[in-house]
Amino acid sequence: MFKVRKKEALTPQTKLYLIEAPMIASKVLPGQFVVLRIHEEGERIPLTVADFDRKEGTLTLIVQEIGKTTKEMGTLKEGDGILDLVGPLGKATHIEEFGTVACVGGGIGIAPVYPIARAMREAGNKVISIIGARGKDLLILEKEMAEVSDEIYVTTDDGSYGKKAFVTQELERLVEEGYKFDFAIGIGPVPMMRAFAMSTMKCDIPAKVSLNPIMIDGTGMCGVCRVSVAGKTRFACVDGPEFDASEVDFDLLCARQATYIDEEKESLDRYEHHKCGGCSE
Amino acid sequence: MNEERAKPKPKPKIKASREAMPLQDPRVRRTNFDEVALGYTREQALNEAQRCLGCKKQPCVAGCPVEIDIPAFISLVGEGKFLEAGAKIRETNSLPAVCGRVCPQEDQCEKQCVLGKKWEPLAIGRLERFVADYEMNAGEIGVPELPPSTGKKVAIVGSGPAGLTVAGDLARLGHEVTVFEALHKPGGVLVYGIPEFRLPKEIVRREIEYIEKLGVKVVCNFVVGKTRTIEELMTEEGYHAVFVATGAGLPYFMSIPGENLNGVYSANEFLTRSNLMKAYRFPEYDTPVKRVKRVAVVGGGNVAMDSVRTAMRLGAEEVYCIYRRSRVEMPAREEEIEHAIEEEMILRELTNPVKIIGDGDNWVKEIECIKMELGEPDASGRRRPVPIEGSEFRTPVDAVVIAIGQGPNPLVPATTPGLETTKWGNIIADEETGATSLGGVYAGGDIVTGAATVILAMGAGRKSAAAIGEYLENL
Ligand SMILES: Cc1cc2nc3c(=O)[nH]c(=O)nc-3n(C[C@H](O)[C@H](O)[C@H](O)COP(=O)(O)OP(=O)(O)OC[C@H]3O[C@@H](n4cnc5c(N)ncnc54)[C@H](O)[C@@H]3O)c2cc1C
Ligand SMILES: Cc1cc2nc3c(=O)[nH]c(=O)nc-3n(C[C@H](O)[C@H](O)[C@H](O)COP(=O)(O)OP(=O)(O)OC[C@H]3O[C@@H](n4cnc5c(N)ncnc54)[C@H](O)[C@@H]3O)c2cc1C
Ligand code: SF4
Ligand code: SF4
Ligand code: FES
Repeated sequence: MFKVRKKEALTPQTKLYLIEAPMIASKVLPGQFVVLRIHEEGERIPLTVADFDRKEGTLTLIVQEIGKTTKEMGTLKEGDGILDLVGPLGKATHIEEFGTVACVGGGIGIAPVYPIARAMREAGNKVISIIGARGKDLLILEKEMAEVSDEIYVTTDDGSYGKKAFVTQELERLVEEGYKFDFAIGIGPVPMMRAFAMSTMKCDIPAKVSLNPIMIDGTGMCGVCRVSVAGKTRFACVDGPEFDASEVDFDLLCARQATYIDEEKESLDRYEHHKCGGCSE
Repeated sequence: MNEERAKPKPKPKIKASREAMPLQDPRVRRTNFDEVALGYTREQALNEAQRCLGCKKQPCVAGCPVEIDIPAFISLVGEGKFLEAGAKIRETNSLPAVCGRVCPQEDQCEKQCVLGKKWEPLAIGRLERFVADYEMNAGEIGVPELPPSTGKKVAIVGSGPAGLTVAGDLARLGHEVTVFEALHKPGGVLVYGIPEFRLPKEIVRREIEYIEKLGVKVVCNFVVGKTRTIEELMTEEGYHAVFVATGAGLPYFMSIPGENLNGVYSANEFLTRSNLMKAYRFPEYDTPVKRVKRVAVVGGGNVAMDSVRTAMRLGAEEVYCIYRRSRVEMPAREEEIEHAIEEEMILRELTNPVKIIGDGDNWVKEIECIKMELGEPDASGRRRPVPIEGSEFRTPVDAVVIAIGQGPNPLVPATTPGLETTKWGNIIADEETGATSLGGVYAGGDIVTGAATVILAMGAGRKSAAAIGEYLENL
């Protein structure tokens, strides 16, 4: 069992968990993830390590509640345990002194960008962060990102907070204004990462994205996480999750993510129905 | 016990054929995940045991990779001393309920049986299963007395048959053994690969429980190479020796067009969803698997047969097995092929997929195959299949399962400097001891031999455990 030491709602749909996992906390690096299973009937889901405290032996996970498992996770209380947690998985982000680095996060993608931005800063880079969400309600980690960035720009799709724009428009604007980026990392929903790949190609910035296909084991055993990069099939859990933005087949990623859309809906409906209580089923 | 065996026994006339295994009806079993083979009754076991000649030369023992004293245990079965028979088997085999079910007996112990020259060989595997099941149903399995702790720590990487065997053997020598397993359940292929209807998971669980009773600690959710490297285990965590038994878990694909369409699975994914994650009980269990009408499974080994039969049980009506050679060359156990055919598997032998065609929405719609014929024998001595030009044809399917083999997962070698591998990525280890290029690091099972069998993995484990025991003593 892995104990939930602290739980906090960041937005109505996003929760932060501080989890006791000293073995993993002592080893994990920015860019890596864990796979967890809440209980015996549960599925295995991958979540990026959004922060870690080696001394305390804790991991921070930030989870957007979109389906059965993430919503059920949301019902865990402080002191409750998570049955299985394994990691750190995937390759760590390559951190070096590039010069000026753009750290671009969209929605829940801001969570994985945060430790990368911090590590880039610590490595001596000038860190320019651009974070955005659909609306104010979904924006997370603004304060934390500001602390590890030299400059930070905030956007929302609906203009409810920050500038009304997409993060990629903001990135292109900065380039037009004369910013020179030596490297960029962009993490968020697939459409955002696709746009990010286009923008960075257009502006000639070497860039990486972190892919989030469906996973099971996270160790290269099942092959469900296969993605196409530069025309080659790769397993995102062991070869990634980060890949060169310009080489990713985003259409394939998007299509494969939707494999179980009907079953996911069935699962969620059944869960919400049961949760209401009072019925005999 | 030995004295009793020595007593002369009047031998009844030998029956030519063995006791038949009671099976679930094919039409019924095709729709459930319950075990197909029901196991011998007490009477059947007693009858079958009478067929054994108790040969002095014990050819059957030589056919068993872990050298179970077969005549001795069979004789105990014949006397109705089932628990004693169990203890006899456990002297050299810590997973009898598993081996009795999945060993390719026809190629091993039973192949050497003298009876087989004239009649059907003794049903050694079935009797082994009977004894192991009897033991389990009788309750507690006796734990042998353990020697005092030696204070030596051994780390086992991977909890499949190879790892479990080494763990059990070294615990019996008094060493402190920890098994590290990447998945959330121990057992390796026995839990994630081989389906419930062939090997109930409850049996694997109990066998592992027994090994834990010997003092072995099993740590799941621990990926060696990620959570800790082998070097860290040895230098920081104080392990004196390591046994690497990570299996052949890397799925091979065919590199044909359409392989990344939705509905194309590696056998590992398909079987892991169904077995380990219990997707056949979705939505009670959260992990889904697509329930479709027509499935094509590519390959002809045990993994392919298990995929075919799992697909049927998930509700598929037409399940094809696409195999590039002919039926006689299929590497799966004969019994499994027969069972699959009884369950109405559609065998497309001498056929090879060339591409998988999508429906425009990235979903599988058809599979295109080409007919093959057998040409000259290749290096392995098997006749090489060659495509017949222009014989391509398409079959509409909703899912494809690729079961053409698995390779070694590179995770451990890649994070263990100095650990030598072959060009295919298998760890190079001494055949007799399992010693690798690194001091104190041993390896065995599928990670060394490539995908093989449960009992060979256990045999390698036994030898290596002995060598590790010696190594620890001389430290
Ligand atoms: C490397 C990686 C890191 C991730 N990090 C985070 C994170 O830090 N925070 C976060 O909120 N989300 C993260 N995700 C996504 C998260 O895993 C999914 O949101 C979660 O699995 C959804 O499960 P569900 O049952 O709640 O929703 P479902 O209704 O089951 O699924 C919703 C969607 O999530 C995706 N999904 C479903 N099951 C899986 C699975 N087993 N593996 C991967 N994706 C799946 C599918 O695209 C699906 O359409 C990450 C994914 C990957 C691959
Ligand atoms: C579907 C299927 C059906 C089969 N049917 C039969 C049959 O009927 N009869 C038969 O004799 N054989 C059969 N086999 C083959 C047999 O199961 C294998 O030969 C045998 O299990 C190999 O044992 P092993 O201990 O070497 O490895 P495995 O059983 O593969 O176990 C390896 C374990 O190591 C773990 N692991 C891997 N990497 C790491 C890591 N880095 N850190 C920690 N843990 C790790 C894995 O998760 C796994 O649990 C079948 C195989 C499959 C896939
Ligand atoms: S372990 Fe396998 S080979 Fe050995 S006796 Fe039992 S069935 Fe035969
Ligand atoms: S060879 Fe056959 S008959 Fe002879 S002892 Fe072995 S099992 Fe019995
Ligand atoms: S998640 Fe199974 S191989 Fe990547």
